Amino acid sequence: MNVTLRLWRQHDQDAAGRMVSYGVDGISADMSFLEMLDVLNEQLTAAGDDPVAFDNDCREGICGMCSLVINGIAHGPEGRTASCQLYMRHFHDGDTIDIEPWRSPSFPILRDLIVDRSAFDRIIQAGGYISAPTGAAPDAAAMLVPKKDADRAFDAAICIGCGACVAACPNGSAMLFTGAKATHLGALPQGQIERNSRALAMGNQHDAEGFGGCTEIGECTAVCPVGIPLDMISRLNGDVLSALRHNST
Amino acid sequence: MSMAVSAAWGMAKDRACALSLRLVRSPDRSYGEVMVVSNGTGQRSRALRSSVLLHAVMAVSGLIMVLFLLAHMYGNLKIFEGRQAFDGYSEYLREVGEPLLPRTGVLWIIRVVLLISVLVHIYAAFTLWHRSRAATAGAGGWRYETTKNRRGVQRSYASFTMRWGGVVVGLFVIYHLLHLSADYVAPGGASSSPYQRMVNGFSIWWVVLSYVIALIALGFHLRHGVWSAFASLGGNSSVARRRGLNQLATVVALLILVGFLIPPLVIFAGWVR
Ligand code: HEM
Ligand code: SF4
Ligand code: FES
Repeated sequence: MNVTLRLWRQHDQDAAGRMVSYGVDGISADMSFLEMLDVLNEQLTAAGDDPVAFDNDCREGICGMCSLVINGIAHGPEGRTASCQLYMRHFHDGDTIDIEPWRSPSFPILRDLIVDRSAFDRIIQAGGYISAPTGAAPDAAAMLVPKKDADRAFDAAICIGCGACVAACPNGSAMLFTGAKATHLGALPQGQIERNSRALAMGNQHDAEGFGGCTEIGECTAVCPVGIPLDMISRLNGDVLSALRHNST
Repeated sequence: MSMAVSAAWGMAKDRACALSLRLVRSPDRSYGEVMVVSNGTGQRSRALRSSVLLHAVMAVSGLIMVLFLLAHMYGNLKIFEGRQAFDGYSEYLREVGEPLLPRTGVLWIIRVVLLISVLVHIYAAFTLWHRSRAATAGAGGWRYETTKNRRGVQRSYASFTMRWGGVVVGLFVIYHLLHLSADYVAPGGASSSPYQRMVNGFSIWWVVLSYVIALIALGFHLRHGVWSAFASLGGNSSVARRRGLNQLATVVALLILVGFLIPPLVIFAGWVR
């Protein structure tokens, strides 16, 4: 199949960017979206042009590096699918496909489709840890974790930190990511000691990075490649409010 | 026993590698630019200015106004009991609490609570509006070049009209207070009887129309606002709860919409005169 790509080209952080059109021929429906971009880049390189820069690593939906807004939807039209797991069979011969980077002032565009997501790292640094005693490994059954809590923590821990939630949010909020990270630790007994201080620190860092507030619209969950549910945000809200009520931090 | 802080998650490390790769790509960016993360002191006072807290404040003030609306709607429906009952209820609102409180004491307490709620609600709304514009380069959900899927994947009409819809409701409240409460704007004729004020006003088509439009805007505002208020306060605890809270919001919005629409419409139809 043949497709026309309109994609964002920007030389570096300070340059002005623009949408540029390219035709790509000989695409197989079995190719992944990123393989299709590889074909484009081979074409561009052969013609002596600059290849298009885009982030990717695992190409199996687990690392969170791929980050494309495809036809206006973060990670493209398929639900619960990272850009790298999207296949060309979801498109048609002759389609025009618009590809843009995540757009958020807190994620500066480094080049073309690559953004700097280190704001997320700083949110993690602010509170995404637990205090644990060092020394010999603790007895495996010393701390029992109820199944319900383990499941909840796991549902939160699967967040791959891609940033699609920010890209999709009309408020530019990163509350789904922050909520998932706070819930991941806060749902477990080991994470209780810092539960209040974690909620405050991560919530504050979220704001300091310039992300907007959550108005419970839900675009984030709809595009999240792993389906982090919206209630993770409400849980973070509840934790911040309870930390403010209890004067322990 | 020594305590060690253990990074709970590998991403920070992976991203550090990714960051250095990016630095190779764009050598002008140095680690010196990386923003400092602050832990520890001052977190409480910073959290008092956080978006989370502003949303909680909006939620509480909004829910207070919803409670008022339900009571107000109940009062309006007394129109069916006739002029005496309706005007008597208005008089009762002024006398209630006497002699413990002076005349209109309770009414003034309600007015002050509502005024504070409205002001706080508006302050939080505009502060958050400003933050969300800053976080989207002023373009909100329209910040992409593409014109495809501009309405997102699943967002509702109610959810993306909260801000302008709120402005419409606010302007309506001013108009409405000048009309039926202050008797200052008096289409159809002023009157010292609240019952008569309603009948005079709602006999005119454009007055009815203005109320209908404003109430529909209010209905949408509450449809998203009631759900959002509970979620902002930490009440959305599961996927099932999300569905339940949205159903509750639909019920509250419809109840208030229909309950408030009935009096103007029956007066306009001539069933109550
Ligand atoms: C069809 C819809 C409505 C009707 C027929 C209606 C009717 C009235 C009437 C007759 C009064 C004067 C009561 C008196 O003087 O004893 C009043 C007062 C008031 N209404 Fe409404 N109302 C409606 C909708 C609303 C809405 C949607 C709001 C708020 C968003 C609202 C807020 C108020 C307030 C704040 C007062 C003033 C109470 C006071 O005097 O302190 N009303 N309304
Ligand atoms: S919550 Fe979902 S969309 Fe947001 S960063 Fe995590 S995996 Fe990506
Ligand atoms: S490249 Fe790893 S998740 Fe897409």
